[in-house]
Amino acid sequence: MKLIKNAAGRLVPGIVNNQKQIPFKGIGKHKPTGRKAKPMIKSCADFPEDGNKVVKNLKDALKKSGLKDGMTISTHHHLRNGDVVTNYLFDVIKSMGIKNIRWYPTASFPCHEHLIKYLDDGTIHHIEGSMNGPLGRYTSHGKMKGIGVLRSHGGRYQSIQDGEVHIDIAVIASPTADQFGNATGDRGPSACGLLGFALADSEYADNVIVVTDNLVEFPCYPWQIQGNNVDHVVKIDSLGDPAKIVSGTTQVTKSPDRLLIAEYVAQFLDESGIMKNGFSFQAGAGGTNLAFALYLKERMIKKNVKAKFIRGGSTKYLVEMLKEGLTEYILDGQTFDLDGVRSMRENPNHVNTSPFTSYNYHGKGNFASMVDAVVLGATEVDLNFNANVVTHSDGYLLHGIGGWQNCLFSKCTILAIPSFRDRIPVIVDEVTTLVGPGELIDVIVTERGIAINPKRKDLLKAVKGSGLPVKSINEIKKEIDDICGVPAKPKLNKDKVVAVIKWVDGTLLDSVFQVE
Amino acid sequence: MKNKITKSFAGKRGDKIKSDCYIELKKKSAGGIKLKLESKVSSMYGSQIEDLIFDMCRSFRLRHAEIIINDFGALPFVIAARFESAVRRSEPEFNCEYLLEISKKNKYKSSKERMRRSRLYLPGNEPKFYPNAGLHQPDGIILDLEDSVAHSEKDSAQILVRNALRSVDFYKAERMVRINQLPKGLDDLKFIVPHNVHVILIPKCESAEQINLVEEEIGRLKSKHKIKNDIFFMPIIESALGVINSFDIASASNMNCALAVGLEDYTADIGVQRTDEGKESLWARSMIINSAKAAGIQAIDTVYSDVTNMEGLHESVIEAKMLGFEGKGCIHPRQIKVVHEAFAPTSEEIDKAKKIVMAFEEAEAKGIGVVSIGSKMIDAPVVKRARKIVKLAENNNLLSKNWREEN
Repeated sequence: MKLIKNAAGRLVPGIVNNQKQIPFKGIGKHKPTGRKAKPMIKSCADFPEDGNKVVKNLKDALKKSGLKDGMTISTHHHLRNGDVVTNYLFDVIKSMGIKNIRWYPTASFPCHEHLIKYLDDGTIHHIEGSMNGPLGRYTSHGKMKGIGVLRSHGGRYQSIQDGEVHIDIAVIASPTADQFGNATGDRGPSACGLLGFALADSEYADNVIVVTDNLVEFPCYPWQIQGNNVDHVVKIDSLGDPAKIVSGTTQVTKSPDRLLIAEYVAQFLDESGIMKNGFSFQAGAGGTNLAFALYLKERMIKKNVKAKFIRGGSTKYLVEMLKEGLTEYILDGQTFDLDGVRSMRENPNHVNTSPFTSYNYHGKGNFASMVDAVVLGATEVDLNFNANVVTHSDGYLLHGIGGWQNCLFSKCTILAIPSFRDRIPVIVDEVTTLVGPGELIDVIVTERGIAINPKRKDLLKAVKGSGLPVKSINEIKKEIDDICGVPAKPKLNKDKVVAVIKWVDGTLLDSVFQVE
Repeated sequence: MKNKITKSFAGKRGDKIKSDCYIELKKKSAGGIKLKLESKVSSMYGSQIEDLIFDMCRSFRLRHAEIIINDFGALPFVIAARFESAVRRSEPEFNCEYLLEISKKNKYKSSKERMRRSRLYLPGNEPKFYPNAGLHQPDGIILDLEDSVAHSEKDSAQILVRNALRSVDFYKAERMVRINQLPKGLDDLKFIVPHNVHVILIPKCESAEQINLVEEEIGRLKSKHKIKNDIFFMPIIESALGVINSFDIASASNMNCALAVGLEDYTADIGVQRTDEGKESLWARSMIINSAKAAGIQAIDTVYSDVTNMEGLHESVIEAKMLGFEGKGCIHPRQIKVVHEAFAPTSEEIDKAKKIVMAFEEAEAKGIGVVSIGSKMIDAPVVKRARKIVKLAENNNLLSKNWREEN
């Protein structure tokens, strides 16, 4: 396979799965022109006047949608690791003898290990989405027929809007829906919160199938997915395991080292002056992130500071801040626990958002760049602040990108990470896979100290004399090399690209190689 | 050779094991060294691990063996300790040591008077807690060979603790080891004395004689290994007899730096339940404080065992401080900050201490012998206490080190 060196100095293929690619040109450099992709014209004359689009089963819906070999089928990760719909969908596709599907999920979870047999037998040709856990390992061993394509949530919207990916059939698992196809995730036995990730699919796919285990009488109001975009509705017994769809309660980490990292992040926001009246931040649901939100909350109360908005992944902890008036709004991208789901349903200031509002490269602006500070994780960061979030230092692909790349555009991007995990260094000479260019990454917070990107002279100045353990990234690296030893590079087959990393604009940022 | 065991093992394995390894050793009479390594970090560190094991085999003159390693991200000092334990277990009379180079970062000294507000206990056979322990900034870390180590692992903990003292950076925390109850504890000393230990905690101490025994053995080891650095003792009083003899114990050696109390064993010894209120141990604690102060050393309180209750911990430190204790044991890193904050002087105490120190320094500069603030005379002990408070305040970031200029 012929590889081209892109503007970030990484080698990427010119063609992926027979589609011509554009190598990464630099941040904000690639701006396609022309018109966005057009959805297929449909006429209401073809749909029942009584609004009842319920078909007898999923197979019937797929048949009516004209399922054929080589089609692109999309699913969404609202049900997280509790999802049984996707696995069931491919059981049905297999039973129909269909081959070479391009699976286009918004993310995959370990529960989708079930699909490995369909990758083996050719039912699925390749995945464009995320390859988590077992699917990632499978991909890393070079077993997938096509090349995996990893995109951010914003990049997924971009790829639909500029025509790079055309979805033939979107299957939207919906915790509550009516027979017309109006659907929502905020209620029902399998409630997951919101369905924002399926928005683009519902608008652009040729055929949209809503699958629900809670069919209600029209109108399912308020709705998140509009029935007017939906072709068929299928009722099944259960969308999945509610305990794995949202956790009853999200747990704050008990690890003393992660708590220390969280404390440093909160102290950094406070002492750098970012934490002030009317500010905004984003925090996810990882253990460190939850703890960070709690420490920040303590500091906000102490200094009587109120945020304008917090961007979720919402959890009980953010919901409490909303209730206590510490923030005016939660702009929520996904809901991680039952308190989050309830709040979204009941509190008008808990707003549901989508990749369109928050991340889309072809939007006329997006929320991610308006956030004062975002706290993220990473699997690796290198001396130039470049970061990796998909592969580990042994070369294995184990995670998707999610909204991570999109969030890098915030005014202050903080990676809160341990400096090493079980002898595996997190701070390295050069990242195994480039997912986030260093120029967008401002601060690295580890248990061994805080490294600020030398480009951010303003931040360096702001925390001078603060008592925070500010060090250079090289100093932290030296410290962990003394502890762990200098690692050997992973043994990768540089002739065999198993997956590619897209930048938010659709260009190719890096390649993932087969592990030997 | 008698007592020769051909198969031995050391370390830990299982799904939940992190930063440790399991090593199985089968000695053979021919065939050279055969090493089978399974490691989650083999692509990064496989060859470094192999080099280490082969070097140890050469050093131990081990020529023919099958070695199986299941590694869960163990650091080199852990792998070396586990392999040495396996070799020792295969040959009870084995007496070689494989010493990794002592890290330059570990060569700092301690002093008898240094602050000992917090000391963090680290189980002597649990290496995963070591590399980051110092980051939580305890005044001291304790590598524990006593209660936290299962009886069957006492031998491997000695080796692991020895390696940790040489290799692990504890970030300037005072380096302490709790040995086993005597006489077993005397055997522990040879694994720690030559490796820059600062303080030895002597558990369940009941007589001055026990201190003398430890001091003698340390003296012997120090001259054998040509060790110059001071090694201080912190006897722990954990019985009625120990409380009664506490002054003798506290004054038994010039190397005693502090006297600590252990209440779990003490309350069991006097046959009562340990309560939060602590009435049952008030007399013992006061006795220990007075014995320590009479001998001119620090008094250190027991641990607070509910790691989730930070308010309870705070209250317990305030009470300890009120009684006269200067330090508290910690069993979780999150307790350290709470302990330091609670031991920190209040702003009224700091203001008063600043005034006293300033007045004293002014008088000294002018050559005046007698110092007074207002109508109150200030004598030496008052100045000493004030200086201590100022230092505590500086160490807790409650007072700038340049406070004299800023005043």
